[in-house]
Order: sequence, then C-alpha cells, then structure tokens
Amino acid sequence: MASRSSNAVANKSQVVKWVLRLLVIAYLVMLVGWPTAYVVKHTFADGLSGIQDALSDPDVVHALKLTAQIAVTAVIINTVFGVGMSLLLVRYTFIGKRALSVLIDLPLSVSPVVVGLALVLVYNGRFGWFGPWLEDNGLQVIFAKPGMIMATCFVILPLVIREVVPVLEELGDDQEQAARSLGANAWQTFRRITLPGIKWAVVYGVVLSLARALGEFGAVKVVAGNVGGETQVATVLVQQKYQNFQQETAYSVAFMLVFAAVLCLIVVALLRPKEHKS
Amino acid sequence: MIWFSLLVLIPLSAIIVKAAGGGLSTFVDVFTNDNTRSALVLTVVSSLIITAINMVMGTIIAWVLVRDRFPGKALLDLVIDIPFAMPTIVAGLVLLSLYGPESPIGVEVSSTRWAVLLAIAFVTLPFVVRTVQPVLEELETDVEDAAASLGATRFTTFRRVILPSLVPAIFAGAALSFARGISEYGALVLISGNLPRKTEVVSVRLFSFLEGGNIEAAAAVATIMLLVALLAIVSLDVIQRRVARRG
Repeated sequence: MASRSSNAVANKSQVVKWVLRLLVIAYLVMLVGWPTAYVVKHTFADGLSGIQDALSDPDVVHALKLTAQIAVTAVIINTVFGVGMSLLLVRYTFIGKRALSVLIDLPLSVSPVVVGLALVLVYNGRFGWFGPWLEDNGLQVIFAKPGMIMATCFVILPLVIREVVPVLEELGDDQEQAARSLGANAWQTFRRITLPGIKWAVVYGVVLSLARALGEFGAVKVVAGNVGGETQVATVLVQQKYQNFQQETAYSVAFMLVFAAVLCLIVVALLRPKEHKS
Repeated sequence: MIWFSLLVLIPLSAIIVKAAGGGLSTFVDVFTNDNTRSALVLTVVSSLIITAINMVMGTIIAWVLVRDRFPGKALLDLVIDIPFAMPTIVAGLVLLSLYGPESPIGVEVSSTRWAVLLAIAFVTLPFVVRTVQPVLEELETDVEDAAASLGATRFTTFRRVILPSLVPAIFAGAALSFARGISEYGALVLISGNLPRKTEVVSVRLFSFLEGGNIEAAAAVATIMLLVALLAIVSLDVIQRRVARRG
C-alpha cells in the first residue's frame, strides 16, 4: 500500500526527477568522473610504455616503495592504537573523555601543512622540544622515516576510531562481562569476544586509512625534506615531475595512486553488504 | 593515551606556544601583511561559497542516490568517494588535466580564482552527501505520501516535511566540508598557480613561510587555522548533540 502510493508521488513529477537525475550526473561527471577518466586516458595514450618508462626511473621506484612502506607501517600502528583508543573511549569513563573524543576528529580538519609544522616544531633536531634528545640517542625523526610515519599516523588517526566506536557502542559489554565472570583474562576476552564483533569495522577503517595514507601529501612533504631518491614519497614525486615538465611520468604515477585508491574503495564497497548480513 | 599526546596534543600545543612566544606583534605582523591577509580572506570566502554549493548539491545528490533508481547508480555511489580516497596532489593534477592549459574542452581556469573554487569543490564533495544519505535512507516515505495526498505540491512536501529532518545532517556535513576546504593544500598547489593576492590560499602561504624559515609567522598562521578548524568541529559537535537530544 505504502509503496504503491509512494510510486504515485514519484510518478507525479517525472520531469523533476529527470532534471535532478541529469543535474547530479552532469555535476559528478564534470567534477570527478571526466577528469579521472582523462588521467587514465593520458596514461595509456602510448600504451603501456608510459608506465614502463616511469617504472624504469629509479626515483619513481624508490618513491613508490617508500610510500608503500610508510603507509603499511602507519596503518599497522594506527590500527593497534585506534582499536585501543576506541575501547578506552567506549568502555571506560575518565575525566576529559568528551574533550578527547572531540580532539580525535581534529586531524580531519587540520591542514596537513599545519600537521607537518607541528611535528617539525616538536621533533626537529635543532630546536625542537624532544628532537635534540632523540637525536642524541640516535633517532632522527624529522627529514627521516619516523617523522613521515608519524605525519601519516596523525592524518589517518580518526579513520579507524570513527568506524570502531559506533560498533563497540552498539555491541554493549554484556558478553564481555560474561566472559570475564567465567574466568577469561583481559586478553582472552578481547580476542575471543570483542574482536570478532568489531572485525568488519576494523577492516573497513584499515582500508580507508590505507587509501588515505598512500595519498598523504602536505604533512609528509613538510617533514620529509623532499630529497629525491631518499625521503621522497610518490605524491611529492608527482608534483615535482609535473613541475619539471615530465608530465608523462607524473601522469603514470598519478594513475597508479588513483588505481590504488579506487581499489581500496571497491574493497570497501564489497565489504559493506557483508557487514550488514552478519 | 601517551601515543595520542605525543602525536597530536604536544605538537599542536607547540604551535600555539611558538606563536605565543613571538608575542602579539607576530600576529599583528601577519595580519598587516597584505599577502597573508588576502590569502586568509580568499580561503575562508571560497570555502564558504563551496560549502553553500555543497549543501545544495550534496542534498540533491543524496536524494537521487537514495530515492531514484537507474542503471549505473552503484557506480555513481562509488564516484562520490573518489575525492576522499584520491591523493590530494593527484586530485589537483586530475583537475588540471581537464581544466588546465591543455584542456580538451577549451575551459581554462588554472591560476584563476575559479580554480580554487573547483579544487575545493572536488575535495569536499563527499562530506554533505555522506552525512545526509543515511538520514534520508531512514526517513519513511509515509509522511511524504500523506503530505502529497493532502494536496501539498512536491516542493511544499520537500520544504515542510523532508527538509526539517535533514537540516542537522546537512549542517554537520557542511561543517566538515568547510573545515576541509580551509585546510586544503595538495589539490590547490598545482592548479591555483599560487599568485600572491590572487589565488594563493592560506596553506600555500603557510608552506612558503616554512620554506623561508620564518617559523614564527608560520606558527601564527597555523594557530589561526587551528582556531577556525576547532570552531568548525565544536559547532559540529553541538549540532550533533542537538540532533541526538531531539531524536
């Protein structure tokens, strides 16, 4: 009954429907679809040779390897701490909890350049707060890998937490209490009870943060110091190659990054229904 | 907790301390500098414009995605997320390829203020759509049918029945997209041309302070940006709280 009458409402204004539909499609195609497709076309203009050329450049290979390495490390660190902090936020009460949950969203809206600046101020070797001490102990953070990993972690911090917190809240802690009362220790409870419940949320968060980590630009650019072949990541390389008029290489690397990002999205899209079913 | 402090809290407070260390005069210097001020104004104004566009377009897109059915809709759904997952520098490159000097359709906007708007519109596209969509999905069509059967026109139904329940979600998405808009860097650095006083945005300005070694000025600009971002987040939190209370 309801569905029939809602069809009646919808049918009443076919014109409006078509106008809206066309408007949306046109807007999305002009803004996202066409430019993205154009990069793909540009990359494969000469067949595979563009990509082959790009891959034969040692700088490119190094940048891609470094990007993958940093992204994976940052995502692993972020997953562990993200799940830990979600548990902290949902299962425990403490002073400043509300402030903490607001602050967690901060990295989403802070400019990446500001993130980079913040890390430089604290960890650089010359006048940072902790930098000189760390460097005396043989750990260079800024202009080296640890700094780049930290910058990436900063940027992707909220992604896992935002996925896991709502699921944890929904699950409640009845089962955990039951497990504990039956003599399970904290680790067993987590592994056998909590983790299976939040599994899909974690996977979803991980994929999203991986996509984001691969593409981080501003923050990493500030802390990396941008030495070609050493601390240059793929995104910075794209900019540099483009500005040096090596556009083919720039487009090829850009295509690879887009491909990785879209792959992550497809994985997420495939995961979503599964989550609903379970 | 310690990790969070080391990673987020201490570095961010370092910025504020550094900026405050320069005293009020640094802020005054920064603000009286024409280039910086116009960069700030440009960023905030463009973000506001795009946020307004997003509020309208985002709602329409969400509407079409939820209520309309046509082949290829799933693809459209995927396209919405692309700007979020795509590396920002690549986003800039992507836009430049279509709307840049070698534009195949003869539209050239690079190094103009249109480019700034375009880039911000690109990166902030998903936010309103993704906040409005779930709310719209949960909304029953019964009330709409009732309104329609009582003789309301489609527009009246939308304005009086649907819009009120979407407003909180629209504003939540708008706050996110505004915050993202003012902080965008990667997408803008290639396409905007970075002409001082014309197309240079705050993050680019900040980066050039940083490269020039003017850490105090950079910290002052960063503090201002942090304040604006924080303001956006707090208003988001307040709005969400209000929604939760009403629901």
